[in-house]
Amino acid sequence: MRIVTVYPDLLGTYGDAGNGIILERRMSRRGLDVEHVGVDSHGTLPRADLYVLGGGEDGPQGLAAERLGNDATFQLAVAEGALVFAVCAGYQILTRSFVVMDGTSRPGLGLIPAETIRSEAARAVGELVVSVEGIAGIEGVVLSGFENHGSRTQLDANVTALGKVMAGIGNGTEGCEGAVYERCIGTYLHGPALARNPELADWLLVQAGAGSLAPLDDSRSLDLREERITWALSGKANGREGSAHSR
Amino acid sequence: MNIRQRIASTAVTVVNRASRMAGRGSGTVVGGKVGLAIDATLLSGLSERRSTVLVSGTNGKTTTTALLAAALGTAGPVASNDTGSNMPAGHVAALAARRDAALAALEVDEAYLGQSVESTEPVGIILLNLSRDQLDRLNEVRKLAERWKIALADVSSVIVANAEDPLVVYAARGCANTVFVEAGLVWNQDAVGCPNCGGHIVFADTWSCDRCDLEQPPARWRRVGSQIMAGGEIRGDLRLAIPGSFNLDNALLVVAMAEMIGLDLEAVLEALARVGTVAGRFERCQIAGTDAELMLAKNPAGWAALLDLVAEDSNPVVIGINARIADGADPSWLWDVDFSQLANRRVIATGDRWRDLSVRLDYADVEHGCEPNVERAIESAGLQGQFVSAMGNYTAFGDMRKLIK
Repeated sequence: MRIVTVYPDLLGTYGDAGNGIILERRMSRRGLDVEHVGVDSHGTLPRADLYVLGGGEDGPQGLAAERLGNDATFQLAVAEGALVFAVCAGYQILTRSFVVMDGTSRPGLGLIPAETIRSEAARAVGELVVSVEGIAGIEGVVLSGFENHGSRTQLDANVTALGKVMAGIGNGTEGCEGAVYERCIGTYLHGPALARNPELADWLLVQAGAGSLAPLDDSRSLDLREERITWALSGKANGREGSAHSR
Repeated sequence: MNIRQRIASTAVTVVNRASRMAGRGSGTVVGGKVGLAIDATLLSGLSERRSTVLVSGTNGKTTTTALLAAALGTAGPVASNDTGSNMPAGHVAALAARRDAALAALEVDEAYLGQSVESTEPVGIILLNLSRDQLDRLNEVRKLAERWKIALADVSSVIVANAEDPLVVYAARGCANTVFVEAGLVWNQDAVGCPNCGGHIVFADTWSCDRCDLEQPPARWRRVGSQIMAGGEIRGDLRLAIPGSFNLDNALLVVAMAEMIGLDLEAVLEALARVGTVAGRFERCQIAGTDAELMLAKNPAGWAALLDLVAEDSNPVVIGINARIADGADPSWLWDVDFSQLANRRVIATGDRWRDLSVRLDYADVEHGCEPNVERAIESAGLQGQFVSAMGNYTAFGDMRKLIK
């Protein structure tokens, strides 16, 4: 399996480069064949089974969308069924449009039928807890991460959200977080997402063609997630993170 | 100062003295807040008839401010916020405590630069670097660069700026009195997208944007090892007691500022050589009967520099990670730090967020122990009588300092 972390120079602001590291280790620790490369934005993307996109700032996000839109290999690979896992700014790029610093809207890749729009509400900053609904293989798993974004994402009716928000903002619409559409998975979970949520990591690997996976000792990650979820749901998160989290 | 400012200033010192006597810490922020509540313009009042130099940036603020205070000290008494309280309340407290000092060296939080420039009307501003740190509070580092640019647009102060950091250059290049210094950049991952046009910054011997005119400006000051060069001439030698090549870069910025404001260079170099431990950084001490050296790194850039400094060492390491307000609530940045070089050393994870660190170390194939209690972590790391390198991010480092016996 080839995993490509897309433009870590532009989409690596919030530690999301960890997702690629984690996916690679979870394959190699099982003795499975894996190749993981990070490709900066001045390079051309190779074919991959799984593309991983992270969060980034507005300026670099616009540049990343432009380069990805012009990358024929990426377009072809996705059209032929490569899996795309995208976080925050990366997720927004996959939607039809997103908003940059000066408030103007930029065209996204349109791989997920959704709009990302500027919100008048406070920036969403804090712990995010999500209960997965309607996704076979990880149904009912409670995911944990940290979100940090200004925009909101409105999914079209034919798109399944990753789950329901238990604490935090997520998409900021209809109490939902993230999106799963065809071969694209988008989420606002940083942390990075896969550090705290090993089931999500393995589910992605299976979707990308890893076959059946032997269990790993995930006690460190699961203990961390339990600690963060307990903290987020106990209300301690509310004081500091203010209005963004007083839902 | 007007009457109201005088009353406010007196309140600052009285409250802080009371706070210290009551044993409530070093007593700086609380008095400053009281003073600012009485008169919001207090910082301007306290800055009148004073020559102030500000220091701001993501990494190196506290040490650079200490070096700057030593340099200014060659010309007279200096007020300085040497406790690291680097927002307006801390500035007010430092200035009110030293009404006699005609000079001031102030460390300024990156988000407060504009406000501080307006209030203190500084003679000089040192700009170190900008990179990701406390993203929950500061959000995007590029927006900070934009705010700096706006804040500095009309100032006549001498600005000594790091030519190797594109975000710093973007903020400072349009100013009337900017002097550029080659002051290093260990971390360029936050400067790849051009802050000016969104193009791509290409790093080679120097850096430049592939789309617009933003490029590394020629620097008047640079160094070859510890040798100082200005405009192609050798100007002296930096002999620092504090470790790290990043501190030679910090000292070079101070030397450039010192010359620009007319200080005697030889006296300044002697003063810099006498600066010892700065606020506990690299302090050798005993904790729980264990010999230890304390080290601070707060963000990926700081950790890259610190891990590079200790790359040849093999003694046990304690790493403490917190995510309190002063640290930022999101320790995801741990994944931007390459901890793998610690793989063959004894490593103990500690601090409030030891679980986050433990997951990170595990995926970096660094075998390690976990001990949430910082004191016990240091003790257990040094059980065989070994010298322990105790590293922490901001408040974890502070917790370690409190344990010094």
